[in-house]
Amino acid sequence: MATVMIQAEHISKKFADNWAVKDISLQVHAGEIYGLVGADGAGKTTTMRLICGVLHLDSGSITVGNFDINRQTDQARSLIGYLAQRFSLYEDLTVLENIRFFAEVRGLTADEWLPRCLDILNFVGLLDFKDRFAGKLSGGMKQKLGLAAALVHKPKILLLDEPTTGVDPVTRQDFWQLIIKLAAQEGVAMLVSTPYMDEASRCHRVGFMREGKILVEDTPGNLQKSLKGKIFELKGSPLPLLRKIVQNHPLVKYAQMFGDRIHLYISADPSQTILEALSQTIVEQGGSLTNLRMIEPQLEDVFISLIETNYE
Amino acid sequence: MSEFVIQTNNLTKRFGDFTAVDQLTFAIQAGEVVGYLGPNGSGKTTTMRMLLGLILPTEGTATVLGYDIRQDSDAIRAEVGYMSQKFSLYHDLTVNENLHFYAGVYGINNENQIQACLDRVGLEKQKNILVSNLSTGWKQRLALATAIVHHPRLLFLDEPTSGVDPTARRAFWDLIYELVAEGITALVTTHYMDEAEYCGRVGIMREGKLLALDTPSNLKISTLPGKAYDLRAQPILDTLQVLEQSQHVLRSGLVGDHLRVILSSEVKPETIVEELKNHSVNNAEIEQVEPTLEDVFLSLAAQ
Repeated sequence: MATVMIQAEHISKKFADNWAVKDISLQVHAGEIYGLVGADGAGKTTTMRLICGVLHLDSGSITVGNFDINRQTDQARSLIGYLAQRFSLYEDLTVLENIRFFAEVRGLTADEWLPRCLDILNFVGLLDFKDRFAGKLSGGMKQKLGLAAALVHKPKILLLDEPTTGVDPVTRQDFWQLIIKLAAQEGVAMLVSTPYMDEASRCHRVGFMREGKILVEDTPGNLQKSLKGKIFELKGSPLPLLRKIVQNHPLVKYAQMFGDRIHLYISADPSQTILEALSQTIVEQGGSLTNLRMIEPQLEDVFISLIETNYE
Repeated sequence: MSEFVIQTNNLTKRFGDFTAVDQLTFAIQAGEVVGYLGPNGSGKTTTMRMLLGLILPTEGTATVLGYDIRQDSDAIRAEVGYMSQKFSLYHDLTVNENLHFYAGVYGINNENQIQACLDRVGLEKQKNILVSNLSTGWKQRLALATAIVHHPRLLFLDEPTSGVDPTARRAFWDLIYELVAEGITALVTTHYMDEAEYCGRVGIMREGKLLALDTPSNLKISTLPGKAYDLRAQPILDTLQVLEQSQHVLRSGLVGDHLRVILSSEVKPETIVEELKNHSVNNAEIEQVEPTLEDVFLSLAAQ
């Protein structure tokens, strides 16, 4: 098993009367991408700020590498690269000048910074733009420059707070290719936060956060397998009628309408008899059914079934 | 036959030498939810602005709710609702005060209509809360309320559910579907596949052109130029390198601990496993999977 690079044990943080983070424990190993998944306000950003020592713990402990974040803050921070949700770039400096600034802040010497900066700009695909003013970069390029700045001192640990919010799907794909390569090639331990399930599925392990707690954590594959019931996809028309019919069945836990189909979650066996009954009712009530099949559960289904068990 | 809520014919916008929107032709019927996906700069916003009559097209024509976008933009804007992802709410005002403000902008002072709107989005109990104290999910509902208080027939939604978890996203879309059942038409722009899946049809734009416009299911079946597979093999980066150079592979990418591969339909997956073996990757496992909208999008965007 790879080395544990981030070890958080029973950490909590309170703002006024509100527990932003409540008794979370998590480990991230070298070469691992851990996704903190949850809505705005779930506690993702606070967790990251505690891990990089910007905020102080109310209780619990955090070890980064072999260093305690509160007592050996400087040594711990030298291992960390942090890309905040809103990071500051100097818009009136060029790409290279920006990176140089971060390199010097991180203590790289005069003969170290240039080769290192060029190397990183090449890695994130910005080498051709090194002389462009940061203010003239597109949103996706700014995000890549932010990543480059976080990487300049070769951190062993990278904290990425919603790195692709507002970034288009093509750039997002590019960005994730870089992150996964860093984990595989350099063994960097990554903690990434996101509210989106399609991003969560790219992580090695995922922790679902809500109200300051991690409800469950596992690999995306295991989480999908952990769902007790089965998910079925139903297509036909009219969809609102079909939805009403399936929702009224007592053994259908939920029926979610999407653009051109409905997903049903049936937790009881045998689901086959339930499906037959549903098909019959649909036809009796004048609806038509074009397709009904079992599909693989998605992370979203796992998340929703978790919330329903824990909060209702 | 339902009426067309939006109908465009060769709609084109050029800024100098740059063609932002290139001969766009499409039609949207009443009661549809249509999503628009595209990279930044692909022409989504320019299209929206033309449809709202905020800028004039260089060429082509379009009608929105039966009004000509060149002649009747005031009439269009009176019957359209717009919800921006950075919803413009006043944080130091209450829910009720925000909604009254927006109602006033549209000249509505019928208290029943305003309260019915609050009720509709499920904010009746929150009406005296300051917006700064609302969760993101509630803010989204209020932003929706401000966009529908004047009973628009057409709703523009820009990444309406960014930053919420799937439960809140589902609840929000249920509201949209209720509005749609009553005859509203919705046009949604988004970067996220989680959101696009809620649309009845999805249009994909690149470089000003509409590459495809179809149901999510049809896009996955007919627009994807091949079949989607999950491939597991180590070392993962060596595997990627082989795949990127293979002539059988249309697209390959890293997904956490495995790879996603799109193969031409005529290529058997075993062919790839063999090819990897020839490059000393001996442990490859390949499994056909359902394509996602993202597979479709990335394949189209890369062509």
